[in-house]
Amino acid sequence: MTTTANPPPRQATPAPRAKARPGDRIFSWSTRTAGVLILVVLAGVAAFLIVEALPTFQADPAEIDGGEGFFSYVWPLVFGTLAAAVIALIIATPLALGIALFISHYAPRRMAQGLGYVVDLLAAIPSVVYGLWGIQWLAPRVQGAWAWLADNLGFIPIFTGPASATGRTMLTAGVVLAVMILPIITAISREVFLQTPTLHEEAALALGATRWEMIRMAVIPFGRPGIISGIMLGLGRALGETMAVAMVLSTGGFTWSMVTSGNNTIAAEIALDFPESSGLKTNTLIAAGLVLFAITLAVNMFARWVVSRRKEFSGAN
Amino acid sequence: MNLSIARRRLAPVAVVGAAALVLAACGSDPDTDNGDDADSTETEGSGGDGGSGETESDLSGSLNGAGASSQESAMQAWIAGFQGENPDVTVNYAPDGSGAGREQFTSGAVAFAGSDAALDEEELAAAETACGAPAVDLPLFIDPIAIAYNLPGVDNLQLGPETLANIFNGTITTWNDPAIAADNPEATLPDTAITPVHRSDESGTTENFVEYLAAAAPSVWTHEISGDWPAGLPGEAGAQTPGVLQAVDAAEGTIGYASAAAVGDRTTAAIGVGEEFVEYSAEAAAAVVDASPRAEGRAENDIAIELARDTTESGAYPIVLISYTIVCTAYADANTGDLVKGFVGYMASDEGQQAAADAAGSAPISPDLQAEVQAVVESIEVG
Repeated sequence: MTTTANPPPRQATPAPRAKARPGDRIFSWSTRTAGVLILVVLAGVAAFLIVEALPTFQADPAEIDGGEGFFSYVWPLVFGTLAAAVIALIIATPLALGIALFISHYAPRRMAQGLGYVVDLLAAIPSVVYGLWGIQWLAPRVQGAWAWLADNLGFIPIFTGPASATGRTMLTAGVVLAVMILPIITAISREVFLQTPTLHEEAALALGATRWEMIRMAVIPFGRPGIISGIMLGLGRALGETMAVAMVLSTGGFTWSMVTSGNNTIAAEIALDFPESSGLKTNTLIAAGLVLFAITLAVNMFARWVVSRRKEFSGAN
Repeated sequence: MNLSIARRRLAPVAVVGAAALVLAACGSDPDTDNGDDADSTETEGSGGDGGSGETESDLSGSLNGAGASSQESAMQAWIAGFQGENPDVTVNYAPDGSGAGREQFTSGAVAFAGSDAALDEEELAAAETACGAPAVDLPLFIDPIAIAYNLPGVDNLQLGPETLANIFNGTITTWNDPAIAADNPEATLPDTAITPVHRSDESGTTENFVEYLAAAAPSVWTHEISGDWPAGLPGEAGAQTPGVLQAVDAAEGTIGYASAAAVGDRTTAAIGVGEEFVEYSAEAAAAVVDASPRAEGRAENDIAIELARDTTESGAYPIVLISYTIVCTAYADANTGDLVKGFVGYMASDEGQQAAADAAGSAPISPDLQAEVQAVVESIEVG
């Protein structure tokens, strides 16, 4: 560390530092309060979950639901939560990127605007409505497809038959979740695609790139952190989604198959069992909530890490 | 320089830590797990204000209860009827679930509880401490559980207890199984696959249904009895009663159990009782309650019923849910006591039972049982 020769004494400098006006002070305080508040709320939720979950970990394993301790109670739920979210992401991500690219680079301007509104509208539909749609409209229609999968691809563990007679399976729940997270991924990807520096795009085109090559070389690398953020936000929504899954899925014990009834997610389990729960069962459900909280936190931190790692290569600079 | 960096990095951590401490203190508050009903139970004391007028005719103040959600729609009808007769009275009922209701009652937080199960010994002791006198269970809400199925062309399905247990067990997998054919000699049964449908949430309906299966078909139904459907059995699950019925409607070959009031015009199975098959009806449900013995070893006035699920009584429908109203036999606060006597007396009256039957499809209790409950209500000591 090199020492600077003469650090000017602070007070002596009549720096043209603006005098803080009341407005400045109020604004800085209100933003600071808002910033602190969010931390307090988050810490409060975490503290509540930990304190309320504690009895579960102290209790005799035989008293936990299923009689074999908390871990064997919660892991099928964790599996179900992740399975539903992964199915949703696998379906929603390519679709959302396609829609976003179409809106930002292919569609005529007027149509792009309309399409953007429609996609945003999907995000405004409450999840109960998605649940009703999934159970009443979607499930009976996909039942045949799931039965076909079970009949023809049944040797793959996730398609093991017999397929559910009502179509209310993990795969159906995943499709509903995919529709729900589609607008989130689309909106964020569209915004970052639109911000691709025109110079990059024009340079690519000037070098003889086709439109697809231009998108591949300029738009997608530039937007990659944004795409990942969008996917992770969607994943967060899919992990925590409660009503739609609770309504659509025919819940049950662990099974690899995604086309029979069975499996459950943490959020749906809490929603279904909390109203009639009491005593240790309540604590167990809250402990499951704590696990979901931890998973979501891990997913978000992972996303942050991916985004920051990719920043240098994104071409954003 | 380094110091300022360290400070900047640590500041948010310190904030989170401090906040965690503050909120941990709040989190340990025993009330937090029942956030919703806190406000309804806190108004408890206000009933004492108008307690000067002792006469029965002008009841006033507020009465708080909590418990089984199965009683919710009946309770709404009772509250509406009772408040109509006594305009100065407010009755609150928080449908938090049977367990939560018993918990709040035995801790003295509410004046009465609704519960799909009678108090157990431990709870009786706790309730006696809270009440200052024994607590009693009064069976005021009897809800038949119907077995609804979706099998076009088969209208009058009859199922013996063991056949029913084997269907929900997953042992019988097609509708033309010899066991079903034996129960239905006249029906032409298709070879459709059977999809049993159960509740995905924890529920008193499930608990009563599996209790019936375990009692009536003990060799077949060996699963643990609880409000959660046994894990690992094949079939579909639906959230709450509408979810089960929706699943039954959704595909052919399904069969599920649900509160009779909600079943509507779906086809339902007659259940084998002794030598005959009984369709569910209000009378048949009340009949099984009358044919059942009282639970033993309880307070004199207690009317906890040991349902005879395996009854062979003619005309009795054995799959019913009894939801109790749990009250103290003495109330220290005169006004609360008067309100309980008035309200529970109304619930047990012809009018109250009819109101519940209209609103919730419950089976009115028999006149004998009604008289017995009224006698218990009369004997509640007040003040």
